[in-house]
Amino acid sequence: MIDYSILSWLIWLPIAGGVALLAMDAMGNKACRQVALLVSIATFLLSTQLYSYFDMATAVMQFQENIPWIDAFSANYHLGIDGISMPLIILTTFTTVLVVLAGWQVIQNKTAQYMASFLIMEGLMVGVFASLDAVLFYVFWEAMLVPMFLIIGIWGGPNRVYATIKFFLYTFLGSVFMLVALIYMYMKSGSFSILDFHMLPMSMTEQVLIFIAFLMAFAVKVPMWPVHTWLPDAHVEAPTGGSVILAAIMLKIGGYGFLRFSLPITPDASHSLMWLIVFMSLVAVVYIGFVALVQQDMKKLIAYSSIAHMGFVTLGIFLVFALVDNNGTQQGASLGMEGGIIQMVSHGFISGALFLCVGVLYDRMHSRQIGDYGGVVNTMPVFAAFMVFFAMANAGLPGTSGFVGEFMVILASFKANFWFAFLAATTLILGAAYSLWMVKRVVFGEIANDNVRALEDVNAREFVILATLAIAVLVFGLWPQPLIEVMHASVDNLLVHVSVSKLPAPETGVALLNAVQP
Amino acid sequence: MTIPLSDFMPLAPEIFVLSMACIILVVEAFVGTKLRHISYVLSQLTLLVAALVTWNMLDVERVIVLGGTFIHDPMAALLKTSIFLITIGAFVYARSFHSSSGALRGEYYVLGLFAVLGTMVMVSAHSLLTIYLGLELLSLSLYAMVAFDRDSPVASEAAMKYFVLGALASGMLLYGMSMLYGATGSLDLGEISQALSEPGQNSMILIFGLCFIVVGLAFKFGAVPFHMWVPDVYDGAPTAVTLFIGSAPKIAAFAMAMRLLVESLGSLSVDWQGMLIILSVLSLALGNVIAIAQTNIKRMLAYSTISHVGFLLLGLLAGTTEGYSASMFYAITYALMAIGGFGMIILISRAGYEANLLDDFKGLNDRSPWFAFMMLILMFSMAGVPPTVGFYAKLSVLQAIIHVDMVWLALVAVFFSIIGAFYYIRLVKLMYFDKPETEEPLAVSADMQMAISFNGLLVLGLGLFPGGLLALCASVLA
Repeated sequence: MIDYSILSWLIWLPIAGGVALLAMDAMGNKACRQVALLVSIATFLLSTQLYSYFDMATAVMQFQENIPWIDAFSANYHLGIDGISMPLIILTTFTTVLVVLAGWQVIQNKTAQYMASFLIMEGLMVGVFASLDAVLFYVFWEAMLVPMFLIIGIWGGPNRVYATIKFFLYTFLGSVFMLVALIYMYMKSGSFSILDFHMLPMSMTEQVLIFIAFLMAFAVKVPMWPVHTWLPDAHVEAPTGGSVILAAIMLKIGGYGFLRFSLPITPDASHSLMWLIVFMSLVAVVYIGFVALVQQDMKKLIAYSSIAHMGFVTLGIFLVFALVDNNGTQQGASLGMEGGIIQMVSHGFISGALFLCVGVLYDRMHSRQIGDYGGVVNTMPVFAAFMVFFAMANAGLPGTSGFVGEFMVILASFKANFWFAFLAATTLILGAAYSLWMVKRVVFGEIANDNVRALEDVNAREFVILATLAIAVLVFGLWPQPLIEVMHASVDNLLVHVSVSKLPAPETGVALLNAVQP
Repeated sequence: MTIPLSDFMPLAPEIFVLSMACIILVVEAFVGTKLRHISYVLSQLTLLVAALVTWNMLDVERVIVLGGTFIHDPMAALLKTSIFLITIGAFVYARSFHSSSGALRGEYYVLGLFAVLGTMVMVSAHSLLTIYLGLELLSLSLYAMVAFDRDSPVASEAAMKYFVLGALASGMLLYGMSMLYGATGSLDLGEISQALSEPGQNSMILIFGLCFIVVGLAFKFGAVPFHMWVPDVYDGAPTAVTLFIGSAPKIAAFAMAMRLLVESLGSLSVDWQGMLIILSVLSLALGNVIAIAQTNIKRMLAYSTISHVGFLLLGLLAGTTEGYSASMFYAITYALMAIGGFGMIILISRAGYEANLLDDFKGLNDRSPWFAFMMLILMFSMAGVPPTVGFYAKLSVLQAIIHVDMVWLALVAVFFSIIGAFYYIRLVKLMYFDKPETEEPLAVSADMQMAISFNGLLVLGLGLFPGGLLALCASVLA
């Protein structure tokens, strides 16, 4: 075991690095970039320790730290991770390194503040994944908005102010209702510990209301249809690094919230409202897929495709109820959930990579319009190879990580209901259509204009970034076993937990009879 | 009636502040213009000593002296200490304001000290008369302070409005007190409380009295619908005065509510609870919505004050010790944020130009990243975004209100705080996303820089470690 508080280090090292960067503003952009890279790499290397020392056989929270924090609320500084949060933490530290690299040359204005924002956000995001105390979780969850608000607003595109205020207010709106729910459960259980919340028995009405409060917070974050409208705006206006973090990590926090809060705290409500989530997810997959098809702006297209892919995540997570109902046992029910989690990690790589690809083009041409491009392959062959590869992965090509998650979720939905599977599978067509059509228009064909003719291929820095991501996408596509092993115990434990009703004794029988009616 | 000398011990801070205020007044009259800053130094020393003395009285048992008119308990000690510390900050900002506007005047500090004395009397009042005495001492000092800049028509108008409406509210309060006296036969808060607990009360006259008292209180708080003076006075008064009005008197108003509603009229809590719900919801709604339409930052902060008062009242109306301590935490931390916010306005003012528009904050990040960051902390704290202290203030109030099964009220409160978030982040937008209108660097004195930095970092630091102050607020009420 590790004998130092590794999770605290992972949270506070980047935050301290960010604060230090703010203080060394005067030392010039170069020094700031180097320090930022150093801190982010150190954090990433440190986070790989989590994997090395992780005990895959148990679902118990590991690397726990528990220190009294606010006595008045009996809130503790309680950290700990299981197989669900561990991969997401490593994804966070990994992505941050790439984001720091991606902003290397482009960001000349207030470089120190830019890098500091990303480092501070990294620490806060790790904090979200590692918190086992609701107050601590909420503090990280909300504090995360502040750096992102600044990143979009300061370094974003022309319409950045509108986009960032929309982003902030949308997410704030969702989360305050979660706060009320958390306080309510504190009143019931006498502590803010998330693990205590998992054990808290609650009546059906309470569960449904709390479920809806959580849904408001997490659905906005994911984002699920119909509260997704902030995402295309935010993505389009955000600088490349901001888009990558948004797509790769921030959206996952919504999915993580469902796994850590909604399912285990309100299992009965989740069960009876499963149809709602499945419906919203399928709408995201099908309808948003069509919306993505008609986009003229590359970033917007990828943003909509993110929403569609995240629909798969929520679909996979909530299918477990349908599977348990159909099979009568938990055997095989973990398929959908594991698929959803793999999809989260994989989408982190792929969408991040696609946004970086658009960033590479945008840095050269200062346009994101598909119509301004054409024939990029002629002038940027190496880049074109990467972009085609990532687009294929986005479409779910077997052999890439995009395939694994989607396939598992579709398989699970087949076991649950044919029509779920039918609708979910349309993504194979739609995803291929919008990804490949974009590639066709941007990358292939004749050279469209003189601007494209003047393009230079990727430099070493960009090559390293894209190649790293390409390797990650391939590795998890061909050999997802390590990821599945890590999460298996935790997912199984969650399933067992979810299938036990939390209703007070006399109500249980009635509720099981009318499980569909809240 | 003879009063034993020991009765005066709990009054030591009051007596000290009073004597010092008189001494400074005399000194002020005799020193030449060159030594004008001496009254500032003396006032700060007075407040510092008083803060130390009261802080040491925190553990003193609850005593009632001077024939039942004056109470000293841990709550009074904590509130007074925070009033002193907040006022020290306010005076630092005020001095910077006065030196940049070229009119360093000692009367400000003397009036300020008398106002502080008024708040102290209110905090420690144990009879209706003492409450009224403290309130009037505070109000009269404030009226004079608002009219301080006698050549400014806006300030004179604001002072006039404040005075007329304030007099009306005092009249209401007195009328309510007289009914209470008529019904119970006593001015002593303890005796009133005892009389009310006996059966056979004339509830009609009591409820009428309560209504008038609540109206008077709501006026002092600036709660809707008795808020009309707030924006005009905040806007019209010199910024140095606004920041004082917006901070320490709010703590005193909280104390007055505690003494009147909780300690003496506790058995009527069902009645005042309903009244406070109306005041609170209206304040939250109107304050937050109208603040959006403001272009003048002082007016915006005035409406923001109104909405914060709504939150503060939520804790009071919960009617539990938990709620009272949440409100107390809210009052103290709000005062801290308010002086910071108004201090920032002084900070960006230049010689001969009093900043009061939101646009004056444009591009502050380009002119001074550090102070932009301080303002960012203050704004996010007012919006209730962690990890700042404003979040815990809201959290503890929400918790208290949910504990008494008024979840709907908590939902209303968080809903309006989302609307409120908009105008706070709009200010952040101006500072960070817009280009500055002037490249002129900020000309700020060193003590002002220190004070603002300390203020901002305190808001952040209390946000990371709120446990101590929360526990303190809970323990003084236990």
